[in-house]
Amino acid sequence: MRVMAIVKASKDSEAGVMPSEEMLAAMGEFNEEMVKAGVMLAGEGLHPTSKGARVSFGGDGERTVIDGPFAETKELIAGYWLMQVRSFEEAVEWIKRCPNPHDEPGEIEIRQVFEAEDFGEEFTPELREQEERIRARAERNQ
Amino acid sequence: MTDKARRAAGRAMSERDARRAIDAVWRIESARLIAALARMTGDVGVAEDLAQDALLVALERWPEAGVPENPGAWLMATARNRAIDSLRHREIAARKEEELGREVELRSRLAELDPAAAASDEIDDDLLGLIFTACHPVLAPEARVALTLRLVGSLSTAEIARAFLVKESTVAQRIVRAKRSLAEARVPIEVPGPEERERRLAAVLEVIYAIFNEGYAASVGEEWIRADLCEEAMRLGRVLAGLMPREPEALGLAALMELTAARFPARTGPNGEAIPLPEQDRARWDLVLIGRGLKGLERAEALGRPLGPYALQAAIAACHARARTPEQTDWERIVALYDALDAISGSPVVRLNRAVAVGMAFGPAAGLELLEGLREEPALRGYHLLPAARGELLERLGRDEEAALEFSRAAELSGNAREREVLLARAGGRR
Repeated sequence: MRVMAIVKASKDSEAGVMPSEEMLAAMGEFNEEMVKAGVMLAGEGLHPTSKGARVSFGGDGERTVIDGPFAETKELIAGYWLMQVRSFEEAVEWIKRCPNPHDEPGEIEIRQVFEAEDFGEEFTPELREQEERIRARAERNQ
Repeated sequence: MTDKARRAAGRAMSERDARRAIDAVWRIESARLIAALARMTGDVGVAEDLAQDALLVALERWPEAGVPENPGAWLMATARNRAIDSLRHREIAARKEEELGREVELRSRLAELDPAAAASDEIDDDLLGLIFTACHPVLAPEARVALTLRLVGSLSTAEIARAFLVKESTVAQRIVRAKRSLAEARVPIEVPGPEERERRLAAVLEVIYAIFNEGYAASVGEEWIRADLCEEAMRLGRVLAGLMPREPEALGLAALMELTAARFPARTGPNGEAIPLPEQDRARWDLVLIGRGLKGLERAEALGRPLGPYALQAAIAACHARARTPEQTDWERIVALYDALDAISGSPVVRLNRAVAVGMAFGPAAGLELLEGLREEPALRGYHLLPAARGELLERLGRDEEAALEFSRAAELSGNAREREVLLARAGGRR
């Protein structure tokens, strides 16, 4: 199964403070461990939300663009890993070994990624087609 | 629910959780643990027994005491202590001076070992040595597969049996015999030296690819098990590529499996029928795996050495992966890659695929001419894809009657019911 581990933001990450050399080294070591175990498919860090934006959807189909930064720091995302594991617990066990990405208490959230078969009967041909269009677009934008 | 019942349920729950957490730790740690123990004891069988002993102690203690801070080091220390204990007993029983000396030496080596402080490249060497040993040519192919999945992939005997649709006792026996064969042949647990390296690496790659193909050849109904097997093979492939980043074939195999698996979501229709490559909905291909596969292949090519069979096949798969529509496929490059593959392998199946590619790149007549030369090939006698390919090209040339004949011959030879149906439909002129 595929699992995404989501690193939540901190005051520093939102302020654009780069991690210390020590932290980078520790994180590099952890990444290498996961790569060597054949578990890590992808992983990236995100710029602070001051460089981000949100598109908000009104009930009437209206779209409003809101520029960052955003306030609720602990709920923001600062990075992610995409992992291939045999069980959800395996992903949890890996993340327990991750160095704390910040100098303050924080969280890494672990979520299972949907795969087509998870949708089962609910995944109608129309929905499938829609998903395909999205994928095709993503592919063009690569 | 009474409080007592709730407490009991809570405890049962936490025991199950603990069991799952231990499984996860085992999954992460066991290969390295067995590899280090194998180097020290010189015997993969003994090493696995010791590791299993440590696991049993963990199963006993962790549900109560919790999973330790560094579970890998804990397991290692426990296994080491077990080893020292059992050696001590054997020393008492040992009669021969020589044997005694060996065991005392081993015991002191074990005692020196600091489970938390093993250097990373040492662990890598141990693991690579274990992989090469599990795939050793003294073992029968199915024994290599079973032993690799068991020792390196940390699959249980039951899981291996389920994946290969054989009895658990068969797998257990295979593993026991394999360990015995390795011990009897006194196979050293190590990464082979330069003179042997290429041949031995080829054996390792073959085992991993065999596991992948077992999953890839999945038929409907058992698909979920088989997809797991493909994932397992990809994981092993990535582990090997990580351990041997300067071996283009190790990188090539990982890339080949990822590029092939990227097409899985588009490979079967809603009723489980196989969808051939040109008709697949490419929007359903897995972009993460394609990205990884292309990058891995690039790294293999950047090593600047001639590409081997796996990297070449990965390069062919990459031609398909890069084409957003079938029409954009670079068939001329595929022909060139098949030329290179043919020069290495000399396999008639490669020449058959090459002829199909030529038919796509330079027109059906050119492809058909090449297939003509393969008709007498003994290795392709009874191979349904030869008449199927001829049918395809004849049809494109408008020679429908001859094409229908070829399709019905292909249907006769095909071992797969669904495929037979498709071929028969084409023989009947319905597409």
